[in-house]
Amino acid sequence: MIDINYYLLTSAVLFSIGVAGVLIRRNAIVIFMCIELMLNSINLTLVAFSAFLGSISGQIFVFIVMTVAAAEAAVGLAIVIALFRNKESVNIDEINILKW
Amino acid sequence: MTIDQFLLMKNEILLIAIAVIVLIIDLMTDNKKILFPVMIILFIFTTVIGFIYQTDGELFGGMYRSTPLINMMKNILNTGVLIILLQSAGWLINKAENHENIGGFCFILISSLAGMCFMISSGDFLMFYLGLELATIPIAALVAYEKMKFLSAEAGTKFILSAVLSSGILLYGISILYGTNGSILFKDLNNSVEITNLQALAFIFILSGIAFKISLVPFHLWTADVYEGAPVNITSFLSSISKAASVFILLILLFTVFINFSEIWNELLVYLSILTMTIGNLFAIRQQNLKRFLAFSSIAQAGFIPLGFIGGTSLGASTVLYFLLIYVFSNLGAFGVVSVVTSATGKESMNDYNGFYKTNRGLSIVMMLSLFSLAGIPPVAGFFSKFFLFTIAAKQGYYFLLFIAVINATISLYYYLLVVKAMFINENEQPIEKITSDVYAKLGLAICVLGIVFTGLFGIIFDYINTLSKGI
Repeated sequence: MIDINYYLLTSAVLFSIGVAGVLIRRNAIVIFMCIELMLNSINLTLVAFSAFLGSISGQIFVFIVMTVAAAEAAVGLAIVIALFRNKESVNIDEINILKW
Repeated sequence: MTIDQFLLMKNEILLIAIAVIVLIIDLMTDNKKILFPVMIILFIFTTVIGFIYQTDGELFGGMYRSTPLINMMKNILNTGVLIILLQSAGWLINKAENHENIGGFCFILISSLAGMCFMISSGDFLMFYLGLELATIPIAALVAYEKMKFLSAEAGTKFILSAVLSSGILLYGISILYGTNGSILFKDLNNSVEITNLQALAFIFILSGIAFKISLVPFHLWTADVYEGAPVNITSFLSSISKAASVFILLILLFTVFINFSEIWNELLVYLSILTMTIGNLFAIRQQNLKRFLAFSSIAQAGFIPLGFIGGTSLGASTVLYFLLIYVFSNLGAFGVVSVVTSATGKESMNDYNGFYKTNRGLSIVMMLSLFSLAGIPPVAGFFSKFFLFTIAAKQGYYFLLFIAVINATISLYYYLLVVKAMFINENEQPIEKITSDVYAKLGLAICVLGIVFTGLFGIIFDYINTLSKGI
């Protein structure tokens, strides 16, 4: 059996890549992909802990997280489409009418 | 499982039933105007039931719990949403482009409220996360509701991207907490959570996820943009109901799951509170758009809330509830006036309000009362709630925090009075014409005024909340 630390390390690295992607990338669709990466790395953590602890709730949690991620992507992409209809662009540097 | 046990969830069941009924009526009839009164009546029924029928107990092995205090929280949220629905009637019914979508609007708004109720009465992190998302995702749809307006779509994009990022970070915190304790039930965690580096990290992640929803500084950057771009009624929903629900769940989490962390979070909340009050106030001073101004004022108001958490006392919990009850009334009063003016004339700038009193006496008096209550001027309720919060901080000996809070309360008085001055003293050759608002909006504003005037005068309300807060 593989030591749990490897799973945790992998998922932590994936999570960091996801967060960095959200902060750095400028395309709204790619940002959504990075968020999916974050959520999936969390899933990996949950399953790893679930196997390690022999407890079922982590696995149940993963199903819920996947469902919620799908709902988020559905609403998010719908909003991005509304944005594209108005502006012909999904580059978030160009959506800057609202400013302090 | 018996009927009695299901009745513990009466609030959520009724809300979901209303949402479904709204959808069915929306499909069956062509005359969409029928829909609105039916829904208002059903919603008033739900709100009243919430006040009459108290529940206490837990379901599904502790995943769902209901105590008198949680009931009270739900009642506050229900009342707030009722006011918002009444206020949005003018915007929904009078505007031709919104006619077709009345059903959709109400359905999404009520689902979001149901999510908040599930979130507040969650007994484990799974339910909490589901409720949080059920509350957040519909709000994103509502922010982008005017889909032909660019501002609305822009605000929607900003909201969903930052909301999803914050809930991802929160979820990572939950997963670490699960791994270190082996359970996600609040009552198990209550005993097993202890201060280790990993669990402190998890706590910080969870706190920042919720602080994002309350828009505490430094997690506030989305707030002003989203508040300005969204339709007015959604802005009032975000700034009062959504904020209140997140504060409630933060209260429950801090006082149950993370009670062993109280040294850490006392310290953290002091800094968050100081930053939030100061930065919110400084930015509010220079705003000219009234919606944006109210957005920053609501950030500054949120900065006062952590004062009640300090020390983790049950008196503090009831003070926070009391503050939020009054905050909901006064904030919705101010937003209600802005909503009536915006839907009649489309004007949002502060200069447009010059000479407002000459033409619209009633509306300007409601606005004045709400702003006085937000600022905390004695006869109105806002004074009492702020005073109680300050008392809690003083009792725990946090005098420096108290000092900053009092200074900030004074600064906030300046900019609230700027609006009052614009309405009552400034001259204007072309003031906003006389607006006749519809019955719904009048009813909504009347509830706000009653709340602002009487909640403070009757000490019995605070005493009642205080008796509930013994068992969080």
